Parts: sequence; C-alpha cells; structure tokens
Amino acid sequence: MMDLLNALLVIILVMNLFSLGTSRILSVIRIVAAQGVLLGIIPLLLRERPGFPELVAAAVAIVLKGIVIPGVMTRALRDAQIKKEVTPLIGLLPSIILGALATTLALLFSNSLAMAPSQGGTLIVPAAFATILVGFIILTTRVKAISQAVGYLVLENGIFIFGLLLVDAMPLVVEMGVLLDLFVGIFVIAIIVKHINRAFSSTDTDRLVSLKE
Amino acid sequence: MSSIGLTLSAILILAASGLPACLLPRRSAGGQRLAALAMTIGGILGTAAVALSFGPSSATSLKLGWLLPWGSFSVAVDPLSAFFLCLVFVIPALGSVYGLGYWKQMEHEPNGQRLGLSYGLLAASMAMVLISRDALLFLISWEVMALSAWFAATAENDKPEVRRAGWIYLIATHVGTLVLFAMFALWNAQTGSFALEPRGAMLTSGAAGAVFVLALVGFGFKAGFMPLHVWLPGAHANAPSHVSAVMSGVMLKMGIYGIIRMTGLLSAIAPWMGTALLAAGAVTGIAGISFAIGQRDLKRALAYSSIENIGIIGMALGLALTGRACGRADWALLGLAGALLHVWNHGLFKSLLFLNSGAIIHATGTRDVDLLGGLAEKMPFTALAFTLGAVAIAGLPPLNGFAGEWLVYQGFFMALDPSAPRGFEAMAVAAVALAAIGALAVACFVRLQGGVFQGSPRSAAGGHAHDPGLAMKLPMGLLGLACLAIGLFPAMAAPFLESVALAWVMPSGPEATFLPAAMPHIADLAPLAWVGWLGGGIALLAIILYTATRLSRRNGQVGEAGHGTWDCGYARPTARMEYTASSFGQSLVGLLSFILWPTRHGPKIKGSFPAAAKFRSELPDPILDRALRPLFRLGRIRSGGIRSLQQGQTQLYILYILGIAIVLLLSGGRGVSR
Repeated sequence: MMDLLNALLVIILVMNLFSLGTSRILSVIRIVAAQGVLLGIIPLLLRERPGFPELVAAAVAIVLKGIVIPGVMTRALRDAQIKKEVTPLIGLLPSIILGALATTLALLFSNSLAMAPSQGGTLIVPAAFATILVGFIILTTRVKAISQAVGYLVLENGIFIFGLLLVDAMPLVVEMGVLLDLFVGIFVIAIIVKHINRAFSSTDTDRLVSLKE
Repeated sequence: MSSIGLTLSAILILAASGLPACLLPRRSAGGQRLAALAMTIGGILGTAAVALSFGPSSATSLKLGWLLPWGSFSVAVDPLSAFFLCLVFVIPALGSVYGLGYWKQMEHEPNGQRLGLSYGLLAASMAMVLISRDALLFLISWEVMALSAWFAATAENDKPEVRRAGWIYLIATHVGTLVLFAMFALWNAQTGSFALEPRGAMLTSGAAGAVFVLALVGFGFKAGFMPLHVWLPGAHANAPSHVSAVMSGVMLKMGIYGIIRMTGLLSAIAPWMGTALLAAGAVTGIAGISFAIGQRDLKRALAYSSIENIGIIGMALGLALTGRACGRADWALLGLAGALLHVWNHGLFKSLLFLNSGAIIHATGTRDVDLLGGLAEKMPFTALAFTLGAVAIAGLPPLNGFAGEWLVYQGFFMALDPSAPRGFEAMAVAAVALAAIGALAVACFVRLQGGVFQGSPRSAAGGHAHDPGLAMKLPMGLLGLACLAIGLFPAMAAPFLESVALAWVMPSGPEATFLPAAMPHIADLAPLAWVGWLGGGIALLAIILYTATRLSRRNGQVGEAGHGTWDCGYARPTARMEYTASSFGQSLVGLLSFILWPTRHGPKIKGSFPAAAKFRSELPDPILDRALRPLFRLGRIRSGGIRSLQQGQTQLYILYILGIAIVLLLSGGRGVSR
C-alpha cells in the first residue's frame, strides 16, 4: 500500500514539472486534470478499508478536479481563443529548474520537520510542499489569466495532499470547504478571463497594471 | 407574537426590502415600489413591536448561541432601545416613499438597485444596533450600518465629489469603529464577558473613565462631535436627499445612543465625565451653527446644523451625567429627557428639512442658496414645510424644537438653585451657550429661508420650479405634522421619557444611585403642558396675524407690479442687485471669524473706475481642510518609498505572499522541540 502511495506521489511530482515545462495551455490543463484524478485515488489508499468519508472525498475530488474544473477552464480557453502561454516572465527551462529546486528544497525541509511516526515513510509532506511551491511558481511567472487559474489549481492540489495527513485528526469537512472555495474561485476566474478579454482585448494580467490606482 | 419576535421580523423585512428589485430588470419601476412597500410594512410592524414592548406581559429579550467562538446572539428591547427604535422604523420608511418621487430607479439605471439594497440594510442594521445586548453582535451590526450607509450615500458614484466625500466617510467611520473595538475589549477584560449588561461595579474607576473616554470618541465619530465631524458635511451634502435625511435624522443618533447606553452601564459616574460632555457639546453646538451660517450649499448648511444639534444633545447629556455624579435626580431626569426629546425632534425636523432640500434640488437642479430665490410663489407647499422645519430647528415655539430645549434650560437653571451642591454654579454658563446656539440657529435659518424662498429668483435655475408630487409631499407633510404635534402636546412624551430615564439613572444592582421612589416626575420639574398652551397660543396668534395681513393686502394696494421685495428704491432692479444669502450671513461670518477663519480672494478696489474684477470667499472646514488634508498630503509624500511596493502586477503580489509564507515556515519551526 505504502509503495503504491509513494509511486503515485512521485507521478504527481513529475506532473508538476511537466506542467511547468509546457507552453500549450490546453496540455497543462489536461496534466493538472490527470493530477486531480490521481489525487482522488490517494484517499482510498490511506486505509486498509476505506470508509464512507474517504469514498466521498475521492468521488468529489475526481469529479471536480478531474472533470468539472478542467472542463470549465477548457471552455474559457476556447472562448478566449488562446492556445499558448507566449511570454512567460521566466522561460520554460528556467521554470523547470526552479520547480526541481523547489522539490529538492521541499524534501530537505520536510526531513527537518518533526513527524508523527505513522507518516515517517511516505512522501506526503514533501509532495505537498513541492506541489504548493510549484503552484506559486506558475502563479508568479505566467501572464495569462487562465494560466494563473491553473496555478491556483496546482496550489490547491498541494493543500489537498497536505490535508490527507490530517484525515484522522481533521474531519474531511474542511477539505470539502477548500474544494468548494476553489470551485467557486475557478468559476470567478473563468468569468474574469472573459471580461478581461473583452475590456483589454487580451488576457494578459499585465494589462491590469493600469487599474493600479 | 412576542415583542422581540415582532421586532426581529420587522428588521428582516427592512433588510430584505431591496432584494426584489435586484431580481427585476434595472429599468423597471416595480422593484422600487416593492422596496418602499416593504419598508413601510417593516416600519409599521416595528412600530407596533415597540408599542408592544411597553406592554406588561411580552417577552422583550432573546438569547441564542451562535457559531462564533465569542459572544452570543443576545437581543432585547428596553425603553431606551424602544425610544430610538421609533425613529429607525419611521424615518427610513418615509424616506423610501419619498424616494419614489425624488430618486427614481429608472433615472439612475447603473446604481438604482444598489441604493435600494443598501438603504434597507441601513435601516435594518440600525435597528440591530439598538437591540444588541452583546458587544460582538453590536459591532457586527455597527459595521453593517457603517458600510450600508457608505453604499447608500455614494449611490451617485459617477460624480467625483460624491466619491471623495465617500472615502472621507469610510475612513472616519472605521477610525471610530477601531476606538469602539478598544472600548469593548477593555469592557471584556474588566467584566469578563462581552455581554452588555450593567456590570459597571466590576470596573475600577480608572477603567470606567477609560471606557467613557473611548465611548465618547468612538461614538463621537458617528454622532459628529466637533473635531470628529470631518466626514459629516461632505457625506450629507452629496448623498441623495432621502439618504441624507436618514443619515442625519437617524444614523447620527446611533452615536448618541451608544453614549447613553454605555454611560447607563457604568455605575460610578465621575463629575468630570459630565463636564467633558458638556464642554464637547457646547463647542460642537456653537462651532457647528457658526459654520452653517457661512455655507452657500443648502445641504452643507443643514449638515453643519446637524452638528449643532448633536452639540445640544451632548450638552443635555452632560447635564444628566453631572446630575448622576452628584446625586441630583432632577438634573439627571431633565438632562436625559431633554436629550432624548431632542433626539426625536431633530430626527423629525432635520429629516423634514433634508427632504425639503431634495424637493428644491429636484425642482431647480442646484444646491447653491445664492442661485435660488423667490421659490415661495412657485413651491408654496415646500415653502410652508421648510418654514415649519426652520422654526422647529431654531427652537421657537410652537414647534417641537422648543419643547426639548426648554427642558434642558430648566435643568441648567436649577444649577443656580441654592440647594445645588457647591462647585456646579458654572453649569449655568451652559445655559448661555445654549442661548447663543439658539440665536445663531435663528439667524442661520432665517438666512436659508429668506435666500431660498423670498425675494425674486437670482438665476434661471428656479425658472420652471414647481411643487413635487404626492410621493414626496406625503412624507414631508407627515413629518411637519409630527413636529407640530410634539410642539403642541409635549406632555404626551413625558411617560416615555420618564421610563427611559428611570432605567438609565438606576443601573439595576445593589449600588443603585437613586431609589425609584425618589425619582421625580417631569411634570413637577418642568410643566410641559404649559409649553403646549404657550405654543397653541402663539400658533393661534400667528394664524390671526397672517389672516389679518392677507385681508389688509387684499383690500389695500400694497404690492404694485414692477416692485420686487428688496429693490431698495431702484427704478429697474435686477435679480443680480438683490441681497443674497451670503450677504445676509456676511456680518455674522465677520463677527465669528475667530472661529470660522473665512478666506477671501479678490483684488483691492482702487480709484474711481476700477476694472472688472472677480471676488470669491470660502469657508474651509477647520479640521478637514486646514489640518487633516495637509497632514495626509505630507504623509503621502513621506511614504513615497513604500509605494513602489504597489506595482499592480498580480504575479508580484503572489510573490509577496510566497515570501511571507516561506519566512513563516522557516521561523515557525523555531522553538519546536524534537
């Protein structure tokens, strides 16, 4: 069980790097959707016999992260008629290197944390930190509003992984709350993308600088 | 249904009154009508609930748990709440009916729904403020009130001056709320709970003093005591008139309510508290009315006059506090009764005057008194209603302003009583201040009434003026009648006033200052019935005089064609030669220049045939324009370095968050034992 869990987490980490390294936004959305599906499987692996809350969490995560949110974003992409992240603030290769650095840092950092014995052998904590950091990198380096939405999605995936740690201590209600927030957030962003597109005839968030004051 | 249940349902109806309009198309008139209907129903229900709360057997309080970790949902209607609730349930409802004629949603398509929604919320949150018995619930309601007032006052946000006034209001109200946070935190630290119940005995005298000062400052921002009034003139002048009426007539009183409520909870009142409030009130009153005299903007003048009235209420409260501090139940009763009656009165006549100013603006399109004139012929109803309001606000019989101020005068004169405790003779000086305020108020409103309604039109603005429609006339008429009713029958209000005063003077508990039996009655101290008779006599006299002059004018040949009212014997006078409202106020502005500091821009006239020149005089607000604006400008220059942080790029902002998160991660691990 533990090995399978760790294998999944490693795939998730690789997907992080992939999402950093491609400029086609549609591919990034698909990768993140796949990541969401994998994340949905993880709660089922945490216990020998998954109970009702785990099943619900898995189902909701797969449906929302794997299907609904990527669907909304693909539609927004089609409406706004963008294909590529043309001018990221940092090039694709440097951002992959940054992502790799962040992953290493996360591994080092989580080694220095005091862990409960049950989590000793898993990659959950480093994977969570690495995914959160990658989310931040996407958020800070990409210009298109839709890429930023992808960044938030990756960020939330990281938080979701972290939430798995607390599956015993903290009720899943909290995680559900986060998911709902995100769901609403994506909707808002999809709407904003449309409006930015109409108002500034571009979906580059750079243009928002003119709203500074 | 219990009284508290009825009150809460009325509040719900008020809060939701703007919702239907949000679901209807923006241009439809139905939404606004529904909102006015809901406001009226809510108002009537609420008034019924208030009446019920005075009844013998009806639950007047309710306490529920809630999800927040502190406080509780604890509400109650006691006489003090009920007294203020009357205003909250009546004035906004009248204002919303008035709005049907004055501020049609169809004509304000972009922000009509916003005004409807925030207007209902404003009324509901004010009622919640009044019935909250828990500091947390109080603060939540207070904040909802402040924000909905902001949304309502900036409804016409396409105008830059409206936005500017809105920002000043928003800053001022939040500074005030911050002070209230400090006050309630102190209250919680001293009494061990957020419940607003009389636990004053648990406070040390120093803490009680601190609570009093914080309450005076925090609530003073809302009420508009003089150095804290900065937001008031701009916000009142730039809001739609029915919103100004609610803000001035009702919302300012929430500050007064807060002060009365908190002083009622404190058991030990020190004499200096009364003196402080007395001084603050006197300064506010005199300075407020002085600035009102110098304003060209009709609504700004009314706003400054609101400050003056808050000053009068403050003085009356100061008298009441002094009475409690030195054990004189009669001073406390007269002071509090005067303050409360003036709260009602000001709520009625100031709303009337603001609604009137709305009718004038609606008809002429300007607020500048110097551009108006001669409207009495074209708008007789408005002129009559304005005159009623002006007489009332100047504190003249037979209207209600006189009754309230008369009680306060009686209280101040009692300080000269030989049986009064030593050291309080100086309080009689306050009567002089009150008299000065009254005299200046008469001058101020003679100036406004004369400038707007008498003479001949000073510009083309009043060319097509006419009286407003029924939707606007009805609330104005009702308010005018209410002013007259209280003026003629002030004794009717005495039982209300006594029941509030009884609860306020004696915080229930072992350390009660007075015994109920020792509580005097207003009728013994100050026979209000006489005021009614006097007022009736004066009203009768006025009617007789008016009819007599009317008859003599009809029989005689006064008023030949071609002669204006103020033509000074010129053969061909023009409206530009007319005495303006500014000219009328000129001598007083000169006399009061040590308070007002007027500025004049214009050349010195030399020689016999001077060239064409321009002259301009201004009356900047001493606190806002002379102190705060330069201070903020300096602050903006000094803090220029920090502004480079504000780049406007979302990416950079996220980077800031990331940086903080990393710093927290790294420093948060410190101190954790392995």
